[in-house]
Amino acid sequence: MRPPPTSPPAYTEFHPRWYRRHVSTYWWLGQRHYLKFILRELSSVFVAFFVAITLLQLRALRTGPEAYARFQHTMKSPLMIALCLLSLFFLVFHSITWFNLTPRAIAVRMRGKRLPDFMVAAPNYVIWAAISGAVAWVILR
Amino acid sequence: MGKLTIESRKQSQNLRGKRADVADTIILEVARYSPEQDREPRFERFEVPFRKEWVVLDALNYIKDKLDGSLTYRWSCRMGICGSCGVLVNGEPKLSCATFLSSYAGNGSRVRVEPLRYFPVVRDLVTELSDFLAKLKKVKPWLIRKEERLLSQGEFLQTPAQLESYRQFSMCINCTLCYAACPVVGLDPVFVGPAAIALAQRYNLDSRDQGSEARTTLLAHPDGIWGCTFVGECTRVCPKHVDPAGAIQQYKIQSALGWVKALVRPRVRDKEEADAATPH
Repeated sequence: MRPPPTSPPAYTEFHPRWYRRHVSTYWWLGQRHYLKFILRELSSVFVAFFVAITLLQLRALRTGPEAYARFQHTMKSPLMIALCLLSLFFLVFHSITWFNLTPRAIAVRMRGKRLPDFMVAAPNYVIWAAISGAVAWVILR
Repeated sequence: MGKLTIESRKQSQNLRGKRADVADTIILEVARYSPEQDREPRFERFEVPFRKEWVVLDALNYIKDKLDGSLTYRWSCRMGICGSCGVLVNGEPKLSCATFLSSYAGNGSRVRVEPLRYFPVVRDLVTELSDFLAKLKKVKPWLIRKEERLLSQGEFLQTPAQLESYRQFSMCINCTLCYAACPVVGLDPVFVGPAAIALAQRYNLDSRDQGSEARTTLLAHPDGIWGCTFVGECTRVCPKHVDPAGAIQQYKIQSALGWVKALVRPRVRDKEEADAATPH
């Protein structure tokens, strides 16, 4: 039966048989670059862990020698040593990957020309080394 | 003519005592999808001549000319300008006109060609782009003036340094490789996406433009710049070195600073806006 002349066109604006691919939950396992990105994101958890440990250490220091001895005892357990080593790896990974990305986010121009990437990234490493050196000097002197 | 050339090439290789393990052909596995017949894409294998000067597009053209005329794909300029021949080559978003077969040659090598990820597939290697085009338009990619100048007032002058500040972001050819590389596009289809945001930033940084506030209202949003998690793949796959990831991160900083500025010194910002609106 012919439709009345006022009815909308019979075709659909969007083709019903376009193939739409499903994005797998594990999309990040397929490629090295995606895996690196996910590890970079995951490193934030270890950064948070490291911050929490540092705050607990400061609290123990403030409470007194006995509290600090208890803290040291806890930190000497194999589980905590393993966790701290893993955190250290992710902390270094976090720092390096983010420092290397700074030239993307900060476009520094001098005399009309953009500074090369390494000149934007390098100050991060210099400041990192300087602060680490200062902290090491305070602790180890 | 092509056949003769291949034969003469084979002869010359034999004369030079070429090693037998270097193949004269290469296998292309091409994704095929016919909306009338297939429920999902399948791969079809084609054996094509291996020539060191051939790109993947040459191989696709060979298949269409000699082996299967029904193979459907987009292409136009053959020189990385038109941006229409983007495909996945062994899982990587590439322009098929700029990807040499020789990069994949070797013992047992195969080249797998698929349509770009995250776009609906219309047929074989052809993807549907209307959503991408709508996103491009959404960011108002044109010069916006608060008050239009009369033609009699002359052209807008721009120094080389002013041009340089946005030139990189103006090189985009809309090939959509960055969308196929961006997992956020796949996971969150409403995300405006790398090329469109880079294009917005191209106009924001243009000294002749006064529309950055209008664009920021649209893009300082979870579907805009804040949707980007800085995977950085868009920049890596961009064939024109546009650096969309850089554009988005710079836009984020600009937007955040604008927010802080408005919070701390609202009157100063109002005055700046009033000054910007005044015709020079």
